[in-house]
Amino acid sequence: MQWELVIGLETHAQLSTVSKIFSGAATAFGASPNTQASVVDLALPGVLPVLNRGAVERAIRFGLAVGATINRRSIFARKNYFYPDLPKGYQISQYEIPVVQGGGLSIRTDAGEKLVRLTRAHLEEDAGKSLHEDFAGMSGIDLNRAGTPLLEIVSEPDLRSAAEAVAYARTLHALVRWIGICDGNMQEGSFRCDANVSVRPLGSTTLGTRCEIKNLNSFRFLEQAICFEAARQIELIEDGGAVIQETRLYDPERDQTRAMRSKEDAQDYRYFPDPDLLPLEIADDWIETVRAALPELPEAMRERFKTEHGLPDQDAAALTASRELADYFTALVAELPGEAKLAANWLMGEVSARLNRADIGIEAAPVPAPALAGLLRRVKDGTLSGKMAKEVFEAMWAGEGEADHIIAARGLQQISDSGELERIIDAVLAANGKSVEEFRAGKDKAFNALVGQAMKATRGKANPAQVNEILKRKLAD
Amino acid sequence: MALTQADVARIAHLARIEITAQEASRTLAQLNDIFALIERMQALDTAGIEPMAHPLGGAQRVREDAVTEPDVREAALRNAPASQEGLFLVPRVIE
Repeated sequence: MQWELVIGLETHAQLSTVSKIFSGAATAFGASPNTQASVVDLALPGVLPVLNRGAVERAIRFGLAVGATINRRSIFARKNYFYPDLPKGYQISQYEIPVVQGGGLSIRTDAGEKLVRLTRAHLEEDAGKSLHEDFAGMSGIDLNRAGTPLLEIVSEPDLRSAAEAVAYARTLHALVRWIGICDGNMQEGSFRCDANVSVRPLGSTTLGTRCEIKNLNSFRFLEQAICFEAARQIELIEDGGAVIQETRLYDPERDQTRAMRSKEDAQDYRYFPDPDLLPLEIADDWIETVRAALPELPEAMRERFKTEHGLPDQDAAALTASRELADYFTALVAELPGEAKLAANWLMGEVSARLNRADIGIEAAPVPAPALAGLLRRVKDGTLSGKMAKEVFEAMWAGEGEADHIIAARGLQQISDSGELERIIDAVLAANGKSVEEFRAGKDKAFNALVGQAMKATRGKANPAQVNEILKRKLAD
Repeated sequence: MALTQADVARIAHLARIEITAQEASRTLAQLNDIFALIERMQALDTAGIEPMAHPLGGAQRVREDAVTEPDVREAALRNAPASQEGLFLVPRVIE
């Protein structure tokens, strides 16, 4: 039987505010345990939550970016459960009426473009952290993270493969960073996904029983967990069994999911409106202020790169993968009018390879856009061959200065003087009689050997196109 | 609608309250009285009335996003039965 996967994702994006959602404690990552836990986060008696405007604003920004409805009135609710890293005994979240409703995200896979509908996005607070290493047989509790603002973004079950789920997660990840509401740091847990996975016979329109896989904090784990879970469910059903609705954990070391808790002891969260918080009302002018400050979105910028610079779709997509890269490209083409393709090739090729090796982002690159433009100008006017340009780029990366300075200091000008090249090539032909004979006898490979000799004689400084042309002409004589 | 002993046991468990069978019977009677009161209220026609999320009117006020709270770890840990390396220690929990 042919099976179809049905996947929906719930993503927790940590909002990039400096203080917590309901208290004035700091949210900085990596602080010494419990030094950022205020009396509100500790749930001391008599304290009251006060909502952070910055968290609401980021939720609005997200809602506008995905074309959702911003609810003019939303309600905070208490989600009740007991765990030591949740001192109040409840998490403040939004339940019946979230701040953001609907909207959608356009994703691209090898199969093409697809709109994934969003159900909602709601504001909530994070819990603290439990450390289960041995503290004399006890667990350690760090409440620095308690009260950190989160936006939980829920998709409709519109995803049909692990690849689509990953494409959705990547697109969402890029978007929240692009609009500056989340730093997207997955190692630090700023962006984590839960996947709801079910399977059904291809062509069926009813949904199968789903399992929820919790806390997937890398795109690779997301993909592996979904693949494993789908295979597990299919095997179970084909063997005559049935999927039980349950929460599962993915174990990357064993590459499998295992049950965390089954439905029988599923949590009963007893949601109810939080009496400590009045309804959140968002006036139209607040929404309009946020809208006015919204940057050009990646999708729009990608289309603009195609029409304005004549770039192919794939280039435009790669260059709008992050706002930093898009900004760099914009600064680069501003210096190189009409050379968008050259700029794009360099950014996606040499520059991104170098960034990967150094494991840094473009914003930290030691070669700023104007300096790279200086180098590309010398590529364009023929001063440098591609190979020489790479050498100069490396030197610029190492801090040796501007391109022109390095070219002069290293004597790297490409030899484009045809008179000089002709003399060199004549000498090469005279010294490599055997290759010349072989070429005339029909061995094309011998031609490449002659090009190689010419490049060697010029220590790589000859213009290869010109060498080819001169060699062909002379051999035809 | 009336509750059963099993409902009481479940609610007690969710609230992490330990109750004896005797207490459960007494609580059952009290809870059923409360339910009777709720049923009388539910008999009122509330069609067309928007539910309130809060007994008071008005809207939530917001504060600016700024760090205003000091580090109170030392004082907080003094209230804890056990602590180590700045952490609160609790009976071991593993899911």
